[in-house]
Amino acid sequence: MKSYDIVIIGGGPAGLAAAVSARKEGIGSILILERDKELGGILNQCIHNGFGLHTFKEELTGPEYAGRFIDQVLELGIEYKLNTMVMDIGADKLVTAMNREEGMFQIRAGAVILAMGCRERSRGALNIPGYRPAGIYSAGTAQRLVNMEGFMPGREVVILGSGDIGLIMARRMTLEGAKVKVVAELMPYSGGLKRNIVQCLDDYGIPLKLSHTVVNIKGKERLEGITLAQVDQKGKPVPGTEEEYSCDTLLLSVGLIPENELSDGMGIQMNPVTSGPKVNERMETSIEGVFACGNVLHVHDLVDFVSEEAAAAGRNAARYVKGQEAKGNGHIVSLNPVQGVRYTVPCTIDPDKMDDVQIVRFRVGNVYKKCTIGVYFDDEQVMSRKRPVVAPGEMEEVKLEKAKLLQYPDLKTITIKIEEA
Amino acid sequence: MRPALYFRRRKGKKTMYDVIIIGAGVAGSCSARELSRYQVRACVLEKEEDVCCGTSKANSAIVHAGYDAAEGSLMAKLNVQGNEMMGELSKELDFPFNRCGSLVVCLDEESLPGLQALYDRGVKNGVKDMQVILDKDAIHRLEPNLSDEVAGVLYAPTAGIVCPFNLNIAMAENANENGVEFKFNTEVQGLKKIPGGWEVSTNNGVFQARYVVNAAGVYADKFHNMVSEKKIHITPRRGDYCLLDKKAGSHVKHTVFALPGKYGKGVLVSPTVHGNLLVGPTAIDIEDKESTATTREGLDELIGKAGLNVKDLPMRQVITSFAGLRAHEDGHEFIIGEVEGADGFIDCAGIESPGLTSAPAIGKMVADILREKMDLQPDPDFIGTRKGILNPEDLTLEERNALIKEKPAYGNIICRCEMVTEGEILDAIHRPLGARSLDGVKRRTRAGMGRCQAGFCSPRTMEILARECGMSMFDITKSGGDSKLVVGTNKDRI
Repeated sequence: MKSYDIVIIGGGPAGLAAAVSARKEGIGSILILERDKELGGILNQCIHNGFGLHTFKEELTGPEYAGRFIDQVLELGIEYKLNTMVMDIGADKLVTAMNREEGMFQIRAGAVILAMGCRERSRGALNIPGYRPAGIYSAGTAQRLVNMEGFMPGREVVILGSGDIGLIMARRMTLEGAKVKVVAELMPYSGGLKRNIVQCLDDYGIPLKLSHTVVNIKGKERLEGITLAQVDQKGKPVPGTEEEYSCDTLLLSVGLIPENELSDGMGIQMNPVTSGPKVNERMETSIEGVFACGNVLHVHDLVDFVSEEAAAAGRNAARYVKGQEAKGNGHIVSLNPVQGVRYTVPCTIDPDKMDDVQIVRFRVGNVYKKCTIGVYFDDEQVMSRKRPVVAPGEMEEVKLEKAKLLQYPDLKTITIKIEEA
Repeated sequence: MRPALYFRRRKGKKTMYDVIIIGAGVAGSCSARELSRYQVRACVLEKEEDVCCGTSKANSAIVHAGYDAAEGSLMAKLNVQGNEMMGELSKELDFPFNRCGSLVVCLDEESLPGLQALYDRGVKNGVKDMQVILDKDAIHRLEPNLSDEVAGVLYAPTAGIVCPFNLNIAMAENANENGVEFKFNTEVQGLKKIPGGWEVSTNNGVFQARYVVNAAGVYADKFHNMVSEKKIHITPRRGDYCLLDKKAGSHVKHTVFALPGKYGKGVLVSPTVHGNLLVGPTAIDIEDKESTATTREGLDELIGKAGLNVKDLPMRQVITSFAGLRAHEDGHEFIIGEVEGADGFIDCAGIESPGLTSAPAIGKMVADILREKMDLQPDPDFIGTRKGILNPEDLTLEERNALIKEKPAYGNIICRCEMVTEGEILDAIHRPLGARSLDGVKRRTRAGMGRCQAGFCSPRTMEILARECGMSMFDITKSGGDSKLVVGTNKDRI
C-alpha cells in the first residue's frame, strides 16, 4: 500500500490551492485525487470572467483562474490522479479509491484534506408538482452542456432561482441564441451577487421576479411550459397570481449542497446549517488530521475566498504532518452566530493555535440595510462594523486578531450578530 | 385445436404469431416469460420505447402479503400465489427482493376490530404467520419509529419489497432470450377479427396472431371494448409519491401501512430495496390516462398524511416526487380470461394493486390459458434463469479488481451518487432489450436515481448512449418520443 503525507480529495480550486500551499510548507509527499478527467473542477465550465480580482488583482475566466493553480501544481511536481473516484475514507485516514487503470486501491494518508465541492439542489428536492419531462436541468448541468460540449439544452428558457449559476446561465443562454423569458426567485431577494444581477439580467433586459415560484410543469415528453405564481411571506403560492410561460427549458439554480458523503462516512461532525463539516481555526474537522476547505465546507460566492481558505487548510495540514502545530492549553473559544448570522466558519478557535489574524466567514439569513455587524467577547462588544446592506447572497467576514484574543484568557464565546439601527 | 405456429414461418404474408401481447409492463412481461416456456411464436407490442414505462414503473414496489383483497377473489388468490413465487423467482431471474414484512397501523382503540378483520381475511386468503400485536412496547421494539399513538398493528412477515423495474425488466429479458419478440414504439390502433385469429394494426405495421393478450394497463378497457359488447371501464387512479434520500432509508424497517380506509391503503411509508424511503401514494381518480403529473394538492396531502403513523419523518430529505396511475376497474377485480364473444382475445385487465405482487401468478395464469387452448408443448431449450446487471459492489475486492483489469469500464464511476460504473451502463445498453434512453439506463442501473437526480451524470450517460448505440446526441432522449435532451449546438440559430 502506498502512503502519502497528505491526500487531497478533489482537484478543483480548493484542492489545488491546498496542495500548492502544503507543498510550499515543505511537504514533499502530496497526492490529489480527482474524479473528473482534468484538474480545475467546476471552474472549467465557468468560462465567464470575474475570477481572481482578490487573488491576482485581475479579471480572469474560470479556466484561466484554475490554470494559474494547475501550473503551480505542475511546476511543484505535485502528484495527482485523474478519473479517480474516492470510494471511502476511514476515520484512520485509509483512503479507498478506484480508477480504470489501477482498479480499487488503498492509500494511507498522514493527513486528509477534504475538497469535494458541492452539488446543485434538484427539482425533486423542491417538490415542484407537474410532469417530469426532458428539458429540466440544473443550471450547472446546462452550463456544462453549453460551455464544455457545445450543445444547446433548449431555445426558450425559464430560470427558477437567482443563484449565481442561474444568473450567469441567463446571460450565457442569451448569448448562444436562446430566449430567456424570466428568472423567478422564491425569496424576496436574490441569492446571487449584485454584480451578476446587473451584468447578466439587467444588461439583457431579462426580468427578475422576486417572491415567485414555479407551481406547475407541463409537457409529458419535452417541457412545454410552466406556471409561475407569486408567493406569500411563508413561501406559499398566492391563488390568482398564476402566469403561464411557454418554454422548452427550465433551469434550476436553487441552491448548492456541499457533497459530504465521504465525510459522513468517516463520522465527521457536521454543521446542519452549512451541511459541511464543523472546523476549528485550522480548518480541521472533528477528526484530527482531517481538514476541509472550499465548497465542501460551506458554499462560497467567490473562488478567491476558496483559494485563501484552502491555502490555510493546506498550511495547517502540513504543520500537522510535520508535528509543528502550535501547542495549546486546551482553551477553546466557541463562535456563536445569532441574530441574523446563520453560521460561522470556523466554529471554534483555540487562541494559542490560531494565526495572527483569523478570518471568520459567515452568511446572514435576510437582507439587512444600514446595519452593524457586532462582535462580542462573551458580553463585551469588541467590534462594530457598519454596513449599508448585507444579504444572504454575499458572504461576510470579520477578522479576529490573535493578540486581542490572548488578552482574554477566560473567554468562552465569541458572538457575532447583526444589529439593526 | 391446431398446433402452435412455432415451427411454421409463412413467407410473403403478414407476420403471423401465435400470440401477441399488448403491453410490456409487468403483467405483459410476466405473461410473455411464462409463455416462453413453450414452443410458441409470440410478440409483445409496446407503445413506449422500453419495457416498464407505465403503471409498472411508478407504484409502491410492495409485495403484499394478501390480507387486503376480498375473500375468494381472483385478486386474493393471485396475490398470495405471487407472493409465494417471488422469493424463488428473484433468485432465478436475479432481481432485488427483500421479504421485510409489513405492519398495518391502527391508531385508535375503536378501530382495532378493523385490524382483526384484516387478520381474519388474511387467514381465509391463505396468508401465513400473521400476528395482531397490541402491546405497545412490543410494537416499538419491532418498529421504533411508529407513532406513539399506535393502538395495535397487524404484522405480516411474508410481505416484502421488490425493485419494480428489475422485476419487469428481468421477466422481459428472460422472455426475449427464450424467443419472444418485443416491438417498441408500437402502439396498437385497431383490432380486427380474422378467421383463426386477430389482425392487430399499429403505427408500426399490421400483425396477425391467433391469440391476443390485452395487458394494456390503464388502456386495457379501450382494447377490451373494441372487441366486446360487454364494456369494462378503467379509471386511472393517480398516486403521488415522494422518494427520500438514502440517509432516511432506515427510518422504518418494515412497510408501514395505515389501516385501510375508503381510498385503498392510505399513505404508506416503506424502505425500498435500494435503501431509500418511499412515502405515498395518494388516490385521486382522474380521466386522462396519460396524466402522470403530480399536483401541489396531492403532494401536500401526502406530506400531511405521511407523518400520522410514523414519527419524525424527515420530509426535508425528499429527492424526487412522481405519480403513477393504477388501472382501477369499476369492479375492483382482476379480469383475466378469454373475452366472451371474442374468441382468442384474452383479457389481462384491471391489474391494480396488488398487481405487482400478483404479476408472476398472473403471467402463469395467462400462459396456462394459452397452453390449454393451443395445446402448447414445453420448449426443451427454455432457460429459466437470467443474470441481472452485475453490481460490482457485490464483489470482493479481488474479484472487483480482476473485473476492472479485464473490463476497465468497471473502474469508471459515472453516477457518483449511486456509484454506478460505466461497465454497468454498457451492460444495460448491450443486454437483450437494452436501454436506449436516460430513463432506460436509470431503471436498469440506478444511474441518475440518487440525490443529485442526474445533475452530474446526465451528460456523461448521454455520451455513452450516443457512442454505443451509434446515435447522435440530438437523438438521445430522456424516455423516448419527443423527450430530446439537447436541441442544437451553440449559436446555431444566430
